[in-house]
Amino acid sequence: MTNRFSLTMRIMHWAMAALLISMLAAGLLMVRSLEPWQLSLLTIHKGFGVVAAVLVVVRLVIRLAFSVPPLPQGLSRLQASVAKLSHGLLYALMVLMPISGYLMQYLAGRPVEVFGLFRLPAALSVDIEGYAIFREMHGWLAIVLIALVIMHVGAALHHHFIRKDDVLKSML
Amino acid sequence: MKKYLGALLALPMLVFAQQSERVTAQQFVDLQQGQNAHEGFRRAHAKGICVTGEFRSNGSLTDYSNAAVFNKGAHPFVGRFSIAGNNPSAPDLKAPVRSLALSFATSAAQQWRIAMNTPPVMAVSDPHTFYQQIKAIQSGTIAEFFAEHPESADFIAWKDNYQPSGSFAAEQYHSINAFYLTKDNGDKQPVRWAMRPTVNVANTSFDGDDALQNELTERLTSGPVIFDWVFTLATSEDDENDPAVGWPESREQIVAGQIAINDWQKQLNGDCHEINYDPLVLPDGIEATRDPILRARSAAYAESYRRRAVEVFNGAFEEQQND
Repeated sequence: MTNRFSLTMRIMHWAMAALLISMLAAGLLMVRSLEPWQLSLLTIHKGFGVVAAVLVVVRLVIRLAFSVPPLPQGLSRLQASVAKLSHGLLYALMVLMPISGYLMQYLAGRPVEVFGLFRLPAALSVDIEGYAIFREMHGWLAIVLIALVIMHVGAALHHHFIRKDDVLKSML
Repeated sequence: MKKYLGALLALPMLVFAQQSERVTAQQFVDLQQGQNAHEGFRRAHAKGICVTGEFRSNGSLTDYSNAAVFNKGAHPFVGRFSIAGNNPSAPDLKAPVRSLALSFATSAAQQWRIAMNTPPVMAVSDPHTFYQQIKAIQSGTIAEFFAEHPESADFIAWKDNYQPSGSFAAEQYHSINAFYLTKDNGDKQPVRWAMRPTVNVANTSFDGDDALQNELTERLTSGPVIFDWVFTLATSEDDENDPAVGWPESREQIVAGQIAINDWQKQLNGDCHEINYDPLVLPDGIEATRDPILRARSAAYAESYRRRAVEVFNGAFEEQQND
């Protein structure tokens, strides 16, 4: 099939899909739970957050370097714009989530530990109002990202089962 | 057949009953803050005073831990004395528990928050039972609660002997939970620690709501307030994961140095107010145990911090700062 994303892009897509969904689920659990695994999950979440930040940079470079399959025939103008906008938003959120996550930790004076290998710097003097901005941003962006992911999956299934085009297959 | 059907029906009920005892961080902080939250203040230990000073390390823990704080020399900190409760203007002398918190920012990547209380142990061993304990205190049924919880024995023994002193400087403050001191070679030593006072103050002539704060600020005009930082080393007979059980007094103790408190600031003017003294912010060389109450603290502190951060951002203190 010619109408397919490059192998690099497909690997990136599915790796980040698994990562993002795990991170969102971990995030929702760890802000509520008082169980002993909460600390471990929090530490893993932060480590993988750094991984996600690196991956999204690589992914943006790949996205600009490779051509992508065109949108399928027969979409209305509105549908095409929504498709483009939602993809743009997904990329924007993939960038903003790790940035807001790191900045909330930075401003609260909490060095982020990355898999026991090294720690990212944190402010020596805490800024509670700055923390408030990025903590709330991180939480709200997570909710927007969850909504976008649901939309994205819904659209892929719609293309595959209702429109019966090659959109979903182009990413498999 | 009926028996199995009954068991099948009972199982989800049992699971549900188990689940309903599980408290979330939000429920915990709701309980701590009570009906009328004091906006911008900590939900627990709301009333306090900022202090600054230094830890004068004698280097004796470098065999056990890589933490830079234990290197011989002076390490500055931002600290806070406080009293238990959610009311930022509560009377100092009525509070059952007094606290000392310290924050070491040794470098941008190595920071350590310490939160210590006057009791050496918790009355219970997990956060969900702790929640029930706070409810029992609030509803005046704590005697019945203790009667149903034999694990409270060590806490009650301490409580029956404890005489509140007349000064923040004369209390002994405990880590309560145990931590590991760790070395790069993988060595792990479970420890608890305490700040041991160097003065004896049975009573204070200060009275009024701010008696302890006024006593402290008066005391600091004539010199620093000093504590010995004493570490107790567990042996294989001690359970570092149970915060309700004390360790025998015969356990080896190491004095790591002294902390010297030199100065103070009103809590809304000092650096301590913006700090979340989450005891799970740990540097290299110190690790958390599996103690369920220690492990619950990050999520609960984060929820309290998140609430007051938003309130501060929304101007909770703008009026106070104008007078």
